[in-house]
Amino acid sequence: MPVVIVDGEEVEIGADERLNCIEAARRAGKEIPHYCWHPGLSVVASCRMCLIETGQRDAATGKVSMVPKLVPGCQTPVKDGTVIVTESEKVKESRARVEEALLIDHPIDCPICDKAGECLLQDYHFEHGQPERRADIHAFTSRKRDVGPTISLFVDRCIMCTRCVRFTREVSGTGELMVTSRGAKEEIDVFPGFPLDNKLAGNVVDLCPVGALGDKDFLYQQRVWFLKREANVCGGCSAGCSIHTEHNQDTVYRLKPRENPHVNGWWICDEGRYGWHHLHDSARILEAGRRAASGGQARSAHAFQPVEWADVVSGIKADLEGAGRLAVAVSPMLTVEEAWMLCAVARGIDANAFLALGHVPVSEGDETFPGGFTIRAEKCPNRHGVEEVLAAFGAGGRTWHDLHDRVAAGHADAAWITAGYPSAWIDEAQAGAFAGLSCLVVQDLFDSPLSAHATWRLPAAGFAERAGTWVNVAHHAQSFRQAIRPPAGVWPEGRLFWNMLGRRGLYDAAAIRRELAGQSAAFAALAADVPPTGVDLRVRQLA
Amino acid sequence: MTPFKPVLLEAVGVPEGHTLASYKSRGGYAPLEATLTNKQPGDVVEMVKSSGLRGRGGAGFSTGLKWTFLPKDHPGPIYLCVNADESEPGTFNNRILMEDDPHQVIEGIILSSFATRATTAYIYLRYEYPHSWHRLQGAIDEAYAAGYLGTNIRGSGFSLDVYLHRGAAAYICGEETGLIESLEGKRAWPRIKPPFPAIEGVFRKPTVVNNIETMACVAQIARRGVEWFKSIGVPADPNNPRDPGSYGPKLYCLSGHVERPGCYEAPLGITLRELVDRFGGGVWKGRRAKAAIPGGISMGLMTEAEFDTPLDFAGPGRVGCLGLGTAAVVVIDEQTSIVDFLHNSCRFFAHESCGQCTPCREGTSWSLRMLERIRAGKGRLKDLDLLLELGNTMGMMPGSTICGLADGAAWPIKNAINKFRGEFEEYIKRTNPSGWMVTDPVPALQIVGAH
Repeated sequence: MPVVIVDGEEVEIGADERLNCIEAARRAGKEIPHYCWHPGLSVVASCRMCLIETGQRDAATGKVSMVPKLVPGCQTPVKDGTVIVTESEKVKESRARVEEALLIDHPIDCPICDKAGECLLQDYHFEHGQPERRADIHAFTSRKRDVGPTISLFVDRCIMCTRCVRFTREVSGTGELMVTSRGAKEEIDVFPGFPLDNKLAGNVVDLCPVGALGDKDFLYQQRVWFLKREANVCGGCSAGCSIHTEHNQDTVYRLKPRENPHVNGWWICDEGRYGWHHLHDSARILEAGRRAASGGQARSAHAFQPVEWADVVSGIKADLEGAGRLAVAVSPMLTVEEAWMLCAVARGIDANAFLALGHVPVSEGDETFPGGFTIRAEKCPNRHGVEEVLAAFGAGGRTWHDLHDRVAAGHADAAWITAGYPSAWIDEAQAGAFAGLSCLVVQDLFDSPLSAHATWRLPAAGFAERAGTWVNVAHHAQSFRQAIRPPAGVWPEGRLFWNMLGRRGLYDAAAIRRELAGQSAAFAALAADVPPTGVDLRVRQLA
Repeated sequence: MTPFKPVLLEAVGVPEGHTLASYKSRGGYAPLEATLTNKQPGDVVEMVKSSGLRGRGGAGFSTGLKWTFLPKDHPGPIYLCVNADESEPGTFNNRILMEDDPHQVIEGIILSSFATRATTAYIYLRYEYPHSWHRLQGAIDEAYAAGYLGTNIRGSGFSLDVYLHRGAAAYICGEETGLIESLEGKRAWPRIKPPFPAIEGVFRKPTVVNNIETMACVAQIARRGVEWFKSIGVPADPNNPRDPGSYGPKLYCLSGHVERPGCYEAPLGITLRELVDRFGGGVWKGRRAKAAIPGGISMGLMTEAEFDTPLDFAGPGRVGCLGLGTAAVVVIDEQTSIVDFLHNSCRFFAHESCGQCTPCREGTSWSLRMLERIRAGKGRLKDLDLLLELGNTMGMMPGSTICGLADGAAWPIKNAINKFRGEFEEYIKRTNPSGWMVTDPVPALQIVGAH
């Protein structure tokens, strides 16, 4: 195995790995500061923050010959015997000078800058900068302009790393951003009439190492040091991008992509990025209720009598058992664990219950960007997972339409529809088929035409409020924990099903996962702890 | 010394010297035809390599050696880029060649393309040369009509197209990879190397970038032979294995405070003093010289005492300058302030820095602002140390930038302050009598009120 020597410490790297000095040093636990380099973008080596000393150790003699001048760590590949020095005086002085140069024209308006607290310029200055300002240039301007509908550019904070420009050229392929002017007068800008409004635009804000690009959705909403982050998975489409849900006191403030080479790389789309607002929508169903005697066909909340959750558990069971033939729609918004429990609950009520996949929202088609990132047409995160669960219950291949037709044909007396869709999903005509049932349980985020026929109106949880596992379009399973608690009065589906199964204690997704891995070959890969980047369900099956 | 007869400039002063007929009457294109029929590309490479021709664009790299860096047996296309973005302050030799003897340049281009197996050549011409543009385009058209360009040149089977591309006036386009980016229609940000252009250049294909004067030299070597070329100039220093010698004639651009500024052809190795006195008619108005730029502003400064330095590729480096550069000599007389000179130099580089690398972008701008403050009577002696530190740390040589622009910006700063420190100190003390000695650190930013 090739060996790289980082500050005197030998580190082994893979024989066919192509690493640069920054990546190799990281293996040794050494951080080489850098601005312009990003693993998902081309190398420009222009910020010069990652300048280091390198050399080569002769394999035969063990003698090290150093390169006389500093080299950029991002641009320099390592091979067997490469010597990297990250902490010599020369390197430290160079970093201090770059840091000094970047701050000459910087407004240093950290107190009013949203990036403060997660700003590389700030962090590196404390770590590598010099304590004294030698440039008696007091430039304080804080010009701001919109470069797109969602993004503001604070022109004078920019350090010209060009990550954002390269992103729009290499990943989104839209090329809206450019560099104008020359030398110290350079600015990032868009061409008039061509704003930064592509579907991946929000990523440039994550890429920006300083406070130059601000996301208007998040700007001035919360200081970043108040935010807590939970590793999560986006529920916006079947790509299942890894994200961090950043929240404070059960309120989500933003979603950020979480690096995952198997799924989304470093990026997420704007639809997913801003797709959390429905969690805090005041129109959400916030309590469980059973239709009051005087409720009629109304779909609003006051047609329903609020029911305590403890009574919901027994009430639904009693109602459904009394009704007869049961049909259950297992929503692709549910986690695998929740779907599994729901099926078990349903079969417990009616051993012949008709189980089917819930409604699958679909948009026009998959959209793939030049950088390889794909937004999926299927606007739900777990169709694959639910299908596998259904197959395990002998109900594989059944769709929402099968269930709808069955109910419309009068082959069911009761139905339990789990939904949890962030936007409208069913129309009056489709909902009409459920009008004649003797018991209809509807579990959803918002009222829909289906609510008009519901016997039970139950709230659903949003993506960040769930715990469990989603299986994306490529059969890649990712497990996650609950990021925020749902609003008061809402039980996530998992908790309800857990209680309906008569289990003790709190809903434990990991326990369900282990059971399910033991019972279904399709989920065998979930038996062990699922790593943060997830597992491919097909791998174990093939092996 | 035998009287030297201009060769590269032989068409200057000849009526209609820029035309094909005139060029042919002087022996032009005959060597090309002979080469195309009797020689292989490798022979031309060998000829240029053995002549010791070094690139005339500034860096002085061996032209023949550069050609050999091209990948062997490449399926093509291979491109030749001719750098006519002559924007180093004080330099105008390419302009004279393009305006007065464009066919000499084109013959050199055809020979070089033949040698490098390039089938397309681009001439990247700076925007500010409209006359050169007309002359060159006229010559290209003439050459096409006469069958020296196009497909199957003179029945040899060798084909070449030449395109004249007019830049948009930026200094950085003269840097070879900046030129390549610009030619591709992009912002002229020099590329990181490796890969070098010989491996991956224009349109990601192997590319050679040569200067206009280099092309003219290739034409003359083909016409007059390697022996003739090697008989001119300064042979390699036997004590310095890294000195390949400086052979051939060179166009010196003499300007500034001399009686007769102009473009003069002389053997490499002529001293600066001889150039000023013999060709330039001495310093103007009977004054004494204070300093001179040896080869374009980015090469630094020579003091009057250093005027006996030979202007070959190794000479200026021996007195602390960056090199011969473009051999554009600008003479500065004794009445000129070096502070003003340096301010002008810093202004140029701050304006022309492409802005890619942090040390150059901010360093050139910072040095300009310091010079502006000094000239506004607010200078302090400690500024000189800061300027020197900037000069010593920005550039490709210390490794802090991608291209050499910052080195070019740094050298005038370093040379001016090291060689004329007394004048700077006197200037600062005189213009800032109450504050020149201040060494306090810069106060923290004032608290900004409502904004």
